[in-house]
Amino acid sequence: MTTLASVPPTTAVTGSPARFLDLVASEWIKMRSLRSTPWAIALTVVFVIGSSAVAALAADGARSGSAGFLPYVAYPPAGYWTLILVSGCVGALTVVSEYGSGLIRTTTVAVPARGSVVLAKAAVTATLWTAVGTVVSTGSFLVSQAVLGGQDAGVPLTHPGVFRALVASALLAPVCALIGLGLGVLLRHSAATMVTSVFTLLMLPPMFSESARWSAVVHHAMVSAAWKRLVQNWEPDPGSLGHTATVPGSWLVYVLWPLTAVALAVLVVRRRDV
Amino acid sequence: MGAVIEVNELTKRYGGRTAVDHLSFTVRPGRVTGFLGPNGAGKSTTLRMILGLDAPTTGSATVSGVPFAHHPRGLRHVGALLDAGQVHGGRSAAAHLSALARSNGIPRRRVDEVLQEVGLAEVANRRVGGFSLGMKQRLGIATALLGDPPVLMFDEPINGMDPEGVLWVRRLFRRLAAEGRTVFLSSHLMSEMENTADQLVVIGRGRLIAAESVRDFAARGTRGSVVVGTPQAAELAAVLTAAGATVEPEGSAGAEKLAVTGLPADRIGALAFENRIRLDELTHHTASLEAAFMELTADSVEYQAGQPR
Repeated sequence: MTTLASVPPTTAVTGSPARFLDLVASEWIKMRSLRSTPWAIALTVVFVIGSSAVAALAADGARSGSAGFLPYVAYPPAGYWTLILVSGCVGALTVVSEYGSGLIRTTTVAVPARGSVVLAKAAVTATLWTAVGTVVSTGSFLVSQAVLGGQDAGVPLTHPGVFRALVASALLAPVCALIGLGLGVLLRHSAATMVTSVFTLLMLPPMFSESARWSAVVHHAMVSAAWKRLVQNWEPDPGSLGHTATVPGSWLVYVLWPLTAVALAVLVVRRRDV
Repeated sequence: MGAVIEVNELTKRYGGRTAVDHLSFTVRPGRVTGFLGPNGAGKSTTLRMILGLDAPTTGSATVSGVPFAHHPRGLRHVGALLDAGQVHGGRSAAAHLSALARSNGIPRRRVDEVLQEVGLAEVANRRVGGFSLGMKQRLGIATALLGDPPVLMFDEPINGMDPEGVLWVRRLFRRLAAEGRTVFLSSHLMSEMENTADQLVVIGRGRLIAAESVRDFAARGTRGSVVVGTPQAAELAAVLTAAGATVEPEGSAGAEKLAVTGLPADRIGALAFENRIRLDELTHHTASLEAAFMELTADSVEYQAGQPR
């Protein structure tokens, strides 16, 4: 890439040099100027927190005695798999919609530094979905504790494993949104990207059981399995037959998936015709 | 050196198909240059390569001496309208332009200025999805003008515009060129260029056919012909052929006409008078740009009607 010094002085509008923050601001304008974005987010927040309320209400009758904090009551898989689905698809849509309409060409003429565009999109997507994930995760915790607290079964945030579960659930959304975004850049076609995102994030993990070692390794390398492990606050039973993922390993999965997806996207987008 | 577009031995192959074939030409500032060719001639592919969207198989294209893709931000260097549909239908015109302006560090007020300029100020906050093709073309032109660039490229900008819009856009192109900018305009319609362009780059099947002024191009095509209407067509044809003209029958039976090339109208009239042949019509036809274009590109039309390929 050339530096600004090589740009001939033919420009008429005087302006500041290329700043990455301007790109981020530009992508943020694109994000918030679509009516579908706030709707998708609002519905998801309501649904996921609602699923926690339902799980807490149902758990209330089923439980006998105080078993401490039950993570799947505050963070029920049904609700969080929906969060995976929506964040993955909306993350993908931020790029797929540009490819679908051809807007990507207008964008690329405006910003020939294609890799920077992908990174700016990733920055906006990560920030937005971290905020959404934090709201959802905190909301889930508070709602479940409000229900359980009535039965004197609530736990404080300082309870072992609770904070980790909250953070892991909050970060699940940006992790999946970035994977979706990366897949969107790689595949470009809307249907193909959606199917691949759903398959990778939700369908693939159950295919690999935890009984055999190799299969467990693959399973544990999946995002939804990592989330499950991070939310689970009891230590694995040493006598158990299944292989269990480690907590640091699961955090690593959280980092590597989005990082790989975005890095591949940046590499590919620079080499391919738009 | 000004804001010159230079295309040098540009070639693009898709699999076995060659879309652009060793194309070289130069587009200079201060005038409107038309980029002309039949559908599928490779115009859009060439424009995409100039803009760095597609990588050439071989060859190069530069704008002001630099490959366009080397600029981190593009709007201040080249403004382009490739396809009016390249917007997100869910966004308003103002939001679309604001996002683009912001990405290039262009102040927000410039968005209002260009919307005013293209006549979309009143619908600035309406969703682009509801725009007509003509309105989308105007929005695309607004996008191109956003960075006040020295080079402007438009791919088929007049498609879908109403007559008032066509007049407006022609005046705009002329004005932009008069301001010293490089204006490069593609079209498959010759008539459009006749009224807008000073220079022409004509391609067919990805190859250069001509790169010259509109006037020179018109002169290259069909020479002036004279149409003669007469009830004694066979007799006149013999006389004119003997005088060295080329005669082709025209018109229908009962109202026969002859298209004569190689003799001026006054000479044809004199020959007819000398031979006591009655003339009903004697019309001089100047060579049209359209005819020149058809003639020159006839061999290179990619998709021809009624012919098995």
